[in-house]
Amino acid sequence: MKITKNEIIHVANLARLEIDEASLDKVTEQIGRILEYVDTLNQVDTKNIQGTSHAITLTNAFREDIIKDHLTNNQALSNAPEKENGAFVVPKIVGR
Amino acid sequence: MKRETKMKLYALTIHEAHDLLKSRQISSTELTRAVLDHIEKIDDKIGAYLSVFEENAMIQAREADHMIARNEIQPLTGIPLSIKDLICTKGLPTTCASKILENFIPPYDATVMSKLKNAGAVTLGKVNMDEFAMGSSTENSGMHITRNPWDITRIPGGSSGGSAASVAADMCIGSLGSDTGGSIRQPASHCSVVGMKPTYGRVSRYGLVAFASSLDQIGPLTKDVTDCALLMNVISGYDPHDSTSVPKDVPDFRRSLEKGLKGLKIGLPKEYYMTEGLDPDVSATIDNAANTMKDLGAEFVEVSLPHTKYAVAVYYVIAPCEASSNLARYDGVRYGFRDKDPKDLMQMYRSTKSKGFGPEVQRRIIIGTYALSAGYYDAYYGKASQVRTLMIEDFKNAFQKCDVLLSPVTPSPAFKIGEKTDDPLNMYLSDIFTLSANLAGVPGISIPCGFSKNNLPIGLQLMGSHFNEEMLIKVAYNFEQATMFHKKKPSL
Amino acid sequence: MEFEPVIGLEVHAQLKTQSKIFCSCSTAFGAPPNTHVCPVCLGMPGVLPVLNKKVVEYALRMAVATGCQVAEISRFARKNYFYPDLPKGYQISQYELPIAAFGEVEIEVNGTAIKIGITRIHMEEDAGKLNHDPHRPMSHVDLNRTGVPLIEIVSEPDIRSPEEAGAYLKKLRSILRYLEICDGNMEEGSFRCDANISLRPKGDEKFGTRTELKNLNSFKHVEKAIHYEIRRQQAILEEGGQVIQETRLWNPDSQKTYSMRDKEEAHDYRYFPDPDLLPLVIDKAWIDQVRNDLPELPDEKTDRFIHQYSLPEQDAERLTSSKELADYFEACVTIFSEPKAVCNWITGILLGLLNAQGKTIEESPVTAENLAGLLKLVSEDVLSAKIAKAVFDEMAETGKSARQIVDEKGLVQVTDSSAIEAVVQKVIDASPDEVVAYKGGKRKLIGFFVGQVMKETSGKANPGIVNKILQDKLGG
Repeated sequence: MKITKNEIIHVANLARLEIDEASLDKVTEQIGRILEYVDTLNQVDTKNIQGTSHAITLTNAFREDIIKDHLTNNQALSNAPEKENGAFVVPKIVGR
Repeated sequence: MKRETKMKLYALTIHEAHDLLKSRQISSTELTRAVLDHIEKIDDKIGAYLSVFEENAMIQAREADHMIARNEIQPLTGIPLSIKDLICTKGLPTTCASKILENFIPPYDATVMSKLKNAGAVTLGKVNMDEFAMGSSTENSGMHITRNPWDITRIPGGSSGGSAASVAADMCIGSLGSDTGGSIRQPASHCSVVGMKPTYGRVSRYGLVAFASSLDQIGPLTKDVTDCALLMNVISGYDPHDSTSVPKDVPDFRRSLEKGLKGLKIGLPKEYYMTEGLDPDVSATIDNAANTMKDLGAEFVEVSLPHTKYAVAVYYVIAPCEASSNLARYDGVRYGFRDKDPKDLMQMYRSTKSKGFGPEVQRRIIIGTYALSAGYYDAYYGKASQVRTLMIEDFKNAFQKCDVLLSPVTPSPAFKIGEKTDDPLNMYLSDIFTLSANLAGVPGISIPCGFSKNNLPIGLQLMGSHFNEEMLIKVAYNFEQATMFHKKKPSL
Repeated sequence: MEFEPVIGLEVHAQLKTQSKIFCSCSTAFGAPPNTHVCPVCLGMPGVLPVLNKKVVEYALRMAVATGCQVAEISRFARKNYFYPDLPKGYQISQYELPIAAFGEVEIEVNGTAIKIGITRIHMEEDAGKLNHDPHRPMSHVDLNRTGVPLIEIVSEPDIRSPEEAGAYLKKLRSILRYLEICDGNMEEGSFRCDANISLRPKGDEKFGTRTELKNLNSFKHVEKAIHYEIRRQQAILEEGGQVIQETRLWNPDSQKTYSMRDKEEAHDYRYFPDPDLLPLVIDKAWIDQVRNDLPELPDEKTDRFIHQYSLPEQDAERLTSSKELADYFEACVTIFSEPKAVCNWITGILLGLLNAQGKTIEESPVTAENLAGLLKLVSEDVLSAKIAKAVFDEMAETGKSARQIVDEKGLVQVTDSSAIEAVVQKVIDASPDEVVAYKGGKRKLIGFFVGQVMKETSGKANPGIVNKILQDKLGG
């Protein structure tokens, strides 16, 4: 088993996802197969190779320290599921 | 205007429509109306659109007509386009085909949208896609599926399935899609239209909802190569809002629409042609296409992209890793869907994400989170980025020997709806020909090059070195003009 | 068994740029909620960060000022976790390749100079503010602060006492203010500190288990919390127990630290290089330019004050504890060049006034020029020292110069010997009993006579002259 159900639950937790009991086996199996496939990368000799995180070789993209482009409070909150007094509202953090 | 011609205004290409608009033979209002009527008539069967902005489009059409009247016409003025719903349109819905953004209305325009507006283009509406661009069939849309206009029992490809289908069925004059692992080129191939993924950094990503930041690019889907050049002219260019956009001058891509392939060296990456599962129809069609190129004066040379067989593995580590982070923001706090009556914050996050994201998106988030997590980073993300470096080297070496690379786009033509939904890994493997271009950042184009025995479109792919879209357009144009596959339309 | 504390401090300093680190929103404090926001800092779909060059400039200043090695190439990384004040679900920070590392800061505690190492300095974005509703089960999120630029300064675990911690923080803050890159205000949140503390047997090289302390909102709290935590850990170790590695919150009301263990899950931040931001390349030319443009730093200024103004070290340090105070001193000395006198007046009377009124030196009601003017009058014997204090108070209240007040109120010191002599004689004639007592040996009565003379002259008589004339007349 490339990955166990418990590991899937742990990772889902990190990502704030809930996998329901009924799907857990299937999800574990599907992801297990994908991870197994990905293991083929171990066949490649990558000693002394630098990893690439950008497809281009540019550096130093800057902007000047100038103020512009605010949204109005209304615009900022225009898609808010819940709002009050100009702020976004969320349920209380558990336990605090 | 003759009634007969009037009814087929929707079948025009961008450049044909432009000529008629410029010579005042038609108006943008008429043109836009014609396309909207056509959408109304046939989109029930296809399902390309998620939202149609009828009123807005007509207003834009009228404004375009004023621009034309003032002799301010540009190549895209008055041209009605469809836009993949992954691109932010100010004041208009942008859902990414996800329930989690069902009611989202961005308060800003993507840079490409601003450019289109300045050019006087008309936005018809937002078209369907795989949710957050994750998929190759548009079956992962959280809203509805889109059907291939050539055979409505089959997929149009993905993730820009709505774009490709809308172009193929003349439900727009052109479209903008996005490509992270083939999402423009593959649906273009399945629907017999032209689709280009520009060089990474050529087109601004500001306003493109991020899937995999180091791979995503916006690009055109069009009825022919000329239209592709016209759209590329407008959308390309450095954007200070996008740190990864490249400050390189944009050539006039129309200049590449010239005949003559003599002396052109076309590389055939041998690993691509050795792929298991390559449909014989596809294989044969690509062979024919190569022969056509030869007749046009091109020379062929065998090249090798030795790390091709790892492309799927590299992509399906890097893309989910970046995506798992990019999609963290969909948490129900500031916009989008939030589950009702959560008992506390933690529950709000979990039920919002679990109900808002579809299964493929959740799968990729889990893979990405796992691959970045403590203890696994080096083995997965670290390793994949190293192999990516080797793949970039592969392309550099190949382009020492040739000017463009030619390959199939997909191993087989469009499959039946529902055929691969149970096997995600199998679906991923069919991206083998398109993924590498995103990983290496090189440009790629898919153009129609024939049909299978059961009349399904087959496309061919050309890939070029960084910022060499001109070469791709030139070769594609020559092939197109010699074969006229783009003139064939689905019977709807 | 003797234990020694091993302390490391993590400081987050808000940088005083006009706009945020990755977008063009204002960083100004105190605006109504969610009014200094844009799609980028709100973390809306499709947005991208663009780096504010000034943030790099400021980070470089701090790096160079603390003798750090500046990385030729540094990168931004995403720190992934979920919280409502973190719109993107990740914080853009720096992880494997920070902008600077391996610096140090010199502090002085009880006369001993100590070097505290700086492990690293990196740039990152601030989060928003979460306000918990006191009555209802909800919180309000204000994202104005999201994206304000921060530098995180991590010290080596070289600190060995709460006093050293306090001195380190003060020094760091002073440098930041001298560089004009940060206000250094702990109460307002522009300067924040977390502490890592462990104990080990004295002489041991190995580190003990450490705890992290949070919610330290003033220098005093930092010292108290560290002090408490040292005693807490000591008690555990002395009983043969184990210190648990955890995060603890300082509670200023109960003056204790409390474990956050139950509320916290292990954070796996899943750091990876941010693909939306390009690598940062800093060449030698840029570093040299920053070095050349550095203002005089606290230690340099202190040394210069000691030598240039012949001030004792303690006074020099006091005056250079803030750049504004040092500037005030120098402005004053430029006009009235007696550094010791100026120093005494500033550290004694001026700072006393400012403290009483809760004002900073920048808000001083007496300008440096005016103070110099006052001191000049004293040195010219126009004013007696005693009257000078009263004049100073008047200056503070009215903002007028010393000269103006002296003229208006006719406070010019009487130095005319004959005038004073006349008054002295008058006083002597009026107090025959005291004269007899004085001549009889009660020398202390000289104070009585001086007092009477002063009363007669409304305090304006030059005390030196009064004394001399009294001595002459009374004899002895």
